[in-house]
Amino acid sequence: MEQKTKINAEDGKQEMLITREFDLPIDLLFKAFVEPELVEQWMGTKVLKLESKKHGSYLFETKDDKGIVAFKANGVIHELNPDKKITRTFEMDNLPAGRHGTPFGVQLEIYDFEKITEDTSRLNMHVIYESVAQRDRVLKLPFAQGLNMAHNRLQEVISKMR
Amino acid sequence: MNLRRDIFQALADPTRRAILLMVISQSMTAGAIAANFDSARPTVSKHLRILIECELLEQEQNGREIYYHINAKKMKEVADFIEPFREMWDERFNKLETVMKKYK
Repeated sequence: MEQKTKINAEDGKQEMLITREFDLPIDLLFKAFVEPELVEQWMGTKVLKLESKKHGSYLFETKDDKGIVAFKANGVIHELNPDKKITRTFEMDNLPAGRHGTPFGVQLEIYDFEKITEDTSRLNMHVIYESVAQRDRVLKLPFAQGLNMAHNRLQEVISKMR
Repeated sequence: MNLRRDIFQALADPTRRAILLMVISQSMTAGAIAANFDSARPTVSKHLRILIECELLEQEQNGREIYYHINAKKMKEVADFIEPFREMWDERFNKLETVMKKYK
């Protein structure tokens, strides 16, 4: 299977580049980032606020089955140039202890939208963190969750065997 | 479709991890692998199929027998801590593409 999404995160740098080609015209790709109801669908989070304009702000929130907030993020839009570019900040809110632990700080995100053909487009997402350590912590988050899941499953099986 | 994400689910299963450990140093037939488990042969076959599907295992025909061995390249890719992060974004972007194709 071809890897459509590519990540370039060089060792010792506090930034990363995420690139992806889409089978979508550029205006549709751009729309997916500015219309709240579309963002909700592909990000899988509730969009409590999204003002897609310069100096606009946004607020995302996801609750788990029990109604407890599992993910909360906010930021400010600094630049919004239709079908070309979005510059915004992104900050994950501090969640109750034991959920995420230490805060992840504020990251700067530069979305560069590029037309390839009439029906295809590319997104170049440049993300800059406060420090190398912080970037690496964000990078490791899904890995840690995957491992935790594997570990919990193993624990479950072992406890049943006894 | 979600094969890439399934690698972690594949690894989350203790039987499948045990299978992978067995074939690290040697190629084995399905029968030889199954002999190590109490589970029914079809159950072991199902585990093998999942491991093949997410490319953690490779098959090799040797005469009339099919031998299974580990795909070291894939295992290394999984060990790479960035991979789950990449998969998370890949899934989000796949979703975006699906959502916007419907929107069109």
